[in-house]
Amino acid sequence: MSEMRTIAVTVNGARREAAVPVRETLADFLRHRLSLTGTHLGCEHGVCGACTVLFDGNSARSCLMLAVQADGHEVMTVEGIAPDADTLHPLQAAFHDHHGLQCGFCTPGILTTLIELLRDNPDPTEHEIRIGLSGNLCRCTGYHNIVVAALDAAKRMRGS
Amino acid sequence: MKPPAFSYHDPRSTADVVGLLATLDNAKLLAGGQSLMPMLNIRFVLPDHVIDLNRVDGLSTIRESNGALEIGAMTRQRDIEFSDLVRRRCPLMHEAIAQVGHRQTRNRGTLGGSLCHLDPAAELVTVAAALDATLTVTGKSGARSIDFSVFPVAYMTPALEPDELLTAAAFPCWSERHGFAFVEFSRRHGDFAIVAAAALLEEDDGGKVTRASVTLGGMRPAPARARELERALVGEKIAEQRLRELCEPLRQLEAIDDIHAPASYRQQLATVLSRRALLKAHQRIGARARS
Repeated sequence: MSEMRTIAVTVNGARREAAVPVRETLADFLRHRLSLTGTHLGCEHGVCGACTVLFDGNSARSCLMLAVQADGHEVMTVEGIAPDADTLHPLQAAFHDHHGLQCGFCTPGILTTLIELLRDNPDPTEHEIRIGLSGNLCRCTGYHNIVVAALDAAKRMRGS
Repeated sequence: MKPPAFSYHDPRSTADVVGLLATLDNAKLLAGGQSLMPMLNIRFVLPDHVIDLNRVDGLSTIRESNGALEIGAMTRQRDIEFSDLVRRRCPLMHEAIAQVGHRQTRNRGTLGGSLCHLDPAAELVTVAAALDATLTVTGKSGARSIDFSVFPVAYMTPALEPDELLTAAAFPCWSERHGFAFVEFSRRHGDFAIVAAAALLEEDDGGKVTRASVTLGGMRPAPARARELERALVGEKIAEQRLRELCEPLRQLEAIDDIHAPASYRQQLATVLSRRALLKAHQRIGARARS
């Protein structure tokens, strides 16, 4: 009995059209309909930050949006960060080099959050990174190497 | 976990929203979704209709008018955070908004959503009380104004009729020289405050207080203005020891007792945070006029 709507969303640069139940979250739309399972769902009520995507360039929790709200808008997920299939984005490379992840569950939300942070503030302090990541929970790392990786990524991105 | 089934409406004008509110039963307005969406996901609320305000025109402006900052209800918290006008004319709100949630939630969350959700510890709710905001709401019978002091009628319940929506809030600006501070205590950055204190001060050339506003959030269902303290401050010169005495009676304020903290802890925070906020506000008197 779910009410349906057809929506058109630009996801990672490609236009995607689909009929969705109006109650479907943006996160479920990305994962189940578009098979973009890089966006992870931890708490599904806006606390853990794992499902963070860029909505029209700004970070947002995709579990707290409806897919219908994305109609006519642009979404970037973690799958859209790398320039191509064989090249890591400098941010991803820094996480790889500094062991900035352990289980990897929170990583997609952290990367998308940092894309926005480093875009707006290319030379952040450690404190600014910690505040910027305060909405992303990681239960493995203790954040140490995440922050180290983010600082190094900022340096690499300023250099490029 | 996902939201319960509902009918979805995405009107383009305030008039259309009012029309829908007047005809639909059990409808919920969806603003930034940073509170309603979790409540839907957890199924705390089961609306038959969700009316999405995100495509309504004209509700997200920030402008100065008649000595007040007028902010549209659908203005994103991030746009308030990055507004020069807000930082210049309403620095208390600028300081408070950095403590509202996280960047990801401020990108979506709205002023109106926060004010209507009326969480007792929400920073913007405390700011609205501190500045004596005036709200504009629109319904079937037209627009009307509500003083923020009478907007909270019960725990998380605003004085809105079923067919009304909040369209804007006006925050009176204080003088160029005024001092301000928003200080809160929370366990983690971005959490709702356990207690928050907002202070505004104006002083004469001799350093005597001529006007004061002190508000505590998180103590009880609606923000508490410390009126007696405000009156007692007028004519005083701000000094730490004297503030200790003046803020002590705030320990008698009624306070919520819940999983986050017992009432006595909140009462202790009320005395400490009010003192800190007033000291900081005092130190900032004239700072912007000088710079």
